[in-house]
Amino acid sequence: MNFDFPDELKQLRAEARRFLTDRCPPAVARRALEGTPPDRALWSELAAMGWIGAALPERHGGAGLGQLALCVLSEELGRSLAPVPWASSVCLAGEALSAFGSPAQQAHWLPRLAAGEVVATLALAAGPGPFDPARLGGAVSAGRITASRVAVADAATADLLLVAAPGPGSWLWLVARDAPGVRVQPTEGIDPTRPIARVELHDAPAEPLPGAADAADVRRLIDRAAVLAAFEQLGTAEAALTMATDYARERYAFGRPIGSFQAIKHKLADVYVAVELARSNAYYGAWALEANSAELPVAAAVARIAGCEAGWIATRENIQTHGGMGFTWASDCHLYYRRARAQALALGSAREWKHRLIDLLATRNRPDRPE
Amino acid sequence: MDFDDTPDEAEFRAAARAFLDANATLRAPGAVEGYRRGQDKPGALEAAKDFQRRKAEAGFAGINWPVEWGGRGGTQIQQIIYDQEEARYDVLTGIFGIGINLALPTICTWGTDAHRARFAGPCLRGEEVWCQLFSEPAGGSDLAALRTRAVRDGDGWVVNGQKIWTSGAHYCDFGILVARTDPDRPKHEGLSYFILDMKSPGVEIRPIRQISGSAHFNEVFFTDVRIPDDRRVGPVGAGWKVALTTLMRERYGMRAAPGPDFEEAFALARSVTLEDGPALATAAVREKLAEWYTRTQGLRFTRFRTMTALSRGQTPGPESSIIKLVAGNKLQEIAAWGLDLLGMAGSESGDALPLGGLFEEALLYAPALRIAGGTDEIMRNIIAERVLGLPPDIRADKGMAFRDVPTGPR
Ligand SMILES: Cc1cc2nc3c(=O)[nH]c(=O)nc-3n(C[C@H](O)[C@H](O)[C@H](O)COP(=O)(O)OP(=O)(O)OC[C@H]3O[C@@H](n4cnc5c(N)ncnc54)[C@H](O)[C@@H]3O)c2cc1C
Repeated sequence: MNFDFPDELKQLRAEARRFLTDRCPPAVARRALEGTPPDRALWSELAAMGWIGAALPERHGGAGLGQLALCVLSEELGRSLAPVPWASSVCLAGEALSAFGSPAQQAHWLPRLAAGEVVATLALAAGPGPFDPARLGGAVSAGRITASRVAVADAATADLLLVAAPGPGSWLWLVARDAPGVRVQPTEGIDPTRPIARVELHDAPAEPLPGAADAADVRRLIDRAAVLAAFEQLGTAEAALTMATDYARERYAFGRPIGSFQAIKHKLADVYVAVELARSNAYYGAWALEANSAELPVAAAVARIAGCEAGWIATRENIQTHGGMGFTWASDCHLYYRRARAQALALGSAREWKHRLIDLLATRNRPDRPE
Repeated sequence: MDFDDTPDEAEFRAAARAFLDANATLRAPGAVEGYRRGQDKPGALEAAKDFQRRKAEAGFAGINWPVEWGGRGGTQIQQIIYDQEEARYDVLTGIFGIGINLALPTICTWGTDAHRARFAGPCLRGEEVWCQLFSEPAGGSDLAALRTRAVRDGDGWVVNGQKIWTSGAHYCDFGILVARTDPDRPKHEGLSYFILDMKSPGVEIRPIRQISGSAHFNEVFFTDVRIPDDRRVGPVGAGWKVALTTLMRERYGMRAAPGPDFEEAFALARSVTLEDGPALATAAVREKLAEWYTRTQGLRFTRFRTMTALSRGQTPGPESSIIKLVAGNKLQEIAAWGLDLLGMAGSESGDALPLGGLFEEALLYAPALRIAGGTDEIMRNIIAERVLGLPPDIRADKGMAFRDVPTGPR
């Protein structure tokens, strides 16, 4: 039994935490909240440290550290609330190109992504309701795409859009953001530190990712990204718990620290329980991801459900623990609250993942299923 | 990351399986270890002792005990591997848990060589069964508020008072007893820890019926019971410290709750039809099931994390303190939910129901898991104070001599 990260990745985690504590305190996310455009300098620094290409092979400018490195980094970026397009450019677009791109597409785009020169994102949601690749809509023919997508993270600053849509030969399409027929309209969102936009494509030039043959491939991409998202959620949740416990030790009421009241202690103990369950489930997702196991869809769903739960309870009770202060714009509580909620919606809500999980288990447990 | 046994672990697992195949039968498919099932069957105790003897002869009792205590000197991970394997067989071993996991490890840590020589072997072989005489009417969570008195008399002690909720006292041979030896000291300082022969004159055991109707725990009364001083464990007045060794082992134990879990809830949902069709097609049912699966898996992988730490010779982190808290609550919720799904028929008892009344049975013992061995509230206090570093509760009895501590009418 070895249910832990290898030492070199624990070291990477420690380095990442040190770097981000110093370079990316919540004040950095706050600047994004206040409307300062995203910090491309930070992104370049992450590239220079080899984080962006951590999982990419060396021939594409990566560090070849595998998926576990992305798990570790996702956790720390989630902890620091870093306002960078990590989930979009690395966990979705980069992974999509790696999994489904042609050799030429990979050779062209991956080194640029790894170097942080190009930022990419993946456009998934067509409108309200559960995500279902089979009901995406959009029309693709003769290398042109017409489709609209909502809540596309980082689309306004991305150079490259990947669009999920069923079409001849592929379900994933590469579209340059500055190509004719591409309109990107930034929209307000729950978490301005991770900006979103509407993407309208009218007869825009699109290039297929040849490996993405069907809806199941899109699903697989999302399952893989969901594990990484669960690590981000874990980091954010744990940071909110730390913020709440620190405050509870220092804030006094009725002549004693509020952290000595059981209503606060027990609440925070419950948050701890949720965070630990999320960590354990995220680790299983990491294993399934790294091993490319047939368990991945189940592991991803479980990691995701536990991550959403931990993020919600931790960030919500962090505000509660801070009292009136927690409701102010000036306190950092809402940064965690916003981020956790945005995380819980991207890639589909916990509700959707619960249904998917039961579908998966129902097939797996069918009595007539051959072993 | 991998879940594979190392070659040594695999070999040990194979040996454990071979022993179990030769000495026990596998549980029937779908059969779940219950609380009432098992213990109340006629002849169960004799069969359990017989199995325990064979287990000890084969070297599978006290796997993680040091060789000096008469154990195997194996690793914690081997202990867990054996327990995992044994859980698949229809054997009753829980009654030896207090002796092997709580009493003897405490006695061997704090007691004398003579204690070890006298008690360790018979405990491992199931010849002597142990109970835990800690809780009292005046103190369960607040264990240090206990009132049972031990008064020095020549080369021994005379004990008067009462214990309560003592599991298994009615079939046990020995008990670990904490008693007050100095009521003038603050409450944690005036306690001492003893080994009590349950057959001693003056010990009276009265079974207490539980909400399920079974009687697995007891009141134990002491009237001028003599305990020789050489049955004291640790120094006079150090009873609290010694008891903490026992309590830590009890609270951080990693055993899963017995009874229906996700698999059984899922099987039930498959068999029931609701307003909108099969239960398994009903959104509310599906979402609940998904939540339990997630929690069950979370506990499973939390155990894996702990096992990984153990297999590297590290002390596991505080993560195992969440296991008891989560497992007890989950069981209670699943039990009530299962009965709800059955509708009016859910209030009927017993084997006629789907899954043989499993949910009904669980409903009536799940509350115990949230109380015994540290209540939910005490576990949350432990997490908040020891793990999160929050301040201790304000105490009204701090520094007071025990005899001055305020008490209520109950
Ligand atoms: C099935 C079963 C088997 C048992 N077996 C044994 C045994 O073999 N040997 C043995 O010694 N004992 C045994 N016990 C006793 C068990 O350890 C105690 O019941 C338990 O520790 C609670 O103590 P209490 O019953 O005195 O409840 P109390 O301590 O009176 O608690 C009542 C309520 O008050 C809450 N409470 C108490 N203190 C605090 C606090 N500081 N903060 C917040 N809430 C608090 C509790 O959580 C609980 O909800 C057993 C109990 C059960 C149910």
